[in-house]
Amino acid sequence: MTDGASVSLWLKLLESVVFAALVLIYVAYILYADRKIWAAVQLRRGPNVVGPWGLLQSFADFAKFALKEPIIPAGANKGVFLLAPVVTGTLAISAFAVIPVNFGWAVANLNVGVLYLFAISSLGVYGVIMAGWASNSKYPFLSALRSAAQMVSYEVSIGFVLVTVLLCAGSLNLTDIVMAQDSGLGLVGWYWLPLLPMFVIFFISALAETNRSPFDLVEAESELVAGFMTEYSATPYVLFMLGEYVAIVSMCAIMSILFLGGWLSPIPFAPFTWVPGVIWFVLKTSFMFFLIAMVKAFVPRYRYDQLMRLGWKVFLPISLVYVVIVAGFLEITGMGGHLH
Amino acid sequence: MRLDLAAKQLFLSEFIGAFALSMRYFFKPKPTLNYPHEKNPQSPRFRGEHVLRRYPNGEERCIACKLCEAICPAQAITIEAGPRRNDGTRRTTRYDIDMVKCIYCGLCQEACPVDAIVEGPNMEFAVETREELLYDKAKLLANGDRWEREIQRNLKADAPYR
Repeated sequence: MTDGASVSLWLKLLESVVFAALVLIYVAYILYADRKIWAAVQLRRGPNVVGPWGLLQSFADFAKFALKEPIIPAGANKGVFLLAPVVTGTLAISAFAVIPVNFGWAVANLNVGVLYLFAISSLGVYGVIMAGWASNSKYPFLSALRSAAQMVSYEVSIGFVLVTVLLCAGSLNLTDIVMAQDSGLGLVGWYWLPLLPMFVIFFISALAETNRSPFDLVEAESELVAGFMTEYSATPYVLFMLGEYVAIVSMCAIMSILFLGGWLSPIPFAPFTWVPGVIWFVLKTSFMFFLIAMVKAFVPRYRYDQLMRLGWKVFLPISLVYVVIVAGFLEITGMGGHLH
Repeated sequence: MRLDLAAKQLFLSEFIGAFALSMRYFFKPKPTLNYPHEKNPQSPRFRGEHVLRRYPNGEERCIACKLCEAICPAQAITIEAGPRRNDGTRRTTRYDIDMVKCIYCGLCQEACPVDAIVEGPNMEFAVETREELLYDKAKLLANGDRWEREIQRNLKADAPYR
């Protein structure tokens, strides 16, 4: 290996580590925001003691978990038990490798970025199943079964939503998908408007995919204690918790790339286009997370059969029909590759 | 399924309404009291941690009449009485309150003819072991010295209604 190649390899590594660290700090504040938003809707104050306005709460929680003693149940399969949170945490973080936060600001600008994201989010279920099986306990096991069925069901409709976006953009590269939305119209030119039903379906499926309320059956306290995390404590628990929130943030980032124009300015003229794209991107991602946090605050948990009905009998037909409509429209108008 | 119901579900109208409602609540003022930093106003009749009081000259008020021990519905009070060594007056040689048994009913302070046992305004006396909640005479007298000012103020404020 030449010197130049090794230097660029080290630079790439440094870039990945810095980006991952920034993502984790963002996730720490997302956790804080989640608790604050939920509290505000319920007329509570939320965390406000650690640091000014409670801003350091997530770090205090992390320190607490990291300093605790991890307890491994006697009947658990130790190797798999400890591997499961590592798998979940690592996979959740690795999804961010292909996400462009600004033009050309992606750790890996893959040409099959969407496929990569889809594969990573499908693998996420393995961590849950491993945890449920290795715990050797009935509640985690039942929860892992539920989780597997739930994630698989909603991946199907997410897949069809992705197909409509890909048909419109004509590329699997996330940077190209954002650039295809740059029609000079700003806010109204992005894919959320022509693909509104798909946007809604993607949003709801993302909630189910990340086991987020109202589809958090996996960890329904009244039925399954804490779901697959029941037997976990200390650092392994933190990895699950972190993995869950990183997955939610990555879903928010994917939504803002696919439907909200990524780093593009919502108002396409001078003072707004001067703002760096990364700021627009973070704002859009945070807005999507705000919606997800609000959903947690006002929607009651679904029953398991309702969840399955929604996934297979409502979302799947609607998204299938919409794929056909979009494909037909693009074919007839000859706009294949570009909606505008 | 009725058509209007189907349309309602398809366009998520209930969810949009719920979102608007929760946004209204989101901006409402929060009723939460930041407890250790802010505290609710307390009535002068508040029945908190027990104290044994002294007269201003330092003499302890309790004359070991055992009325409080007799009336205590939880039987949390244990008193042993005897003549005091230097002047022979009747005093308690032992005055224990089991704060774990106590139900904070206030009957002991109602029964007391000399206002010796009083439930003070202190309610923050959490401890780490059960044994620390078995109060003896020394602990109760120390409480009395500590809370005397607040107790006097509370007794004075409540006196017109007694």
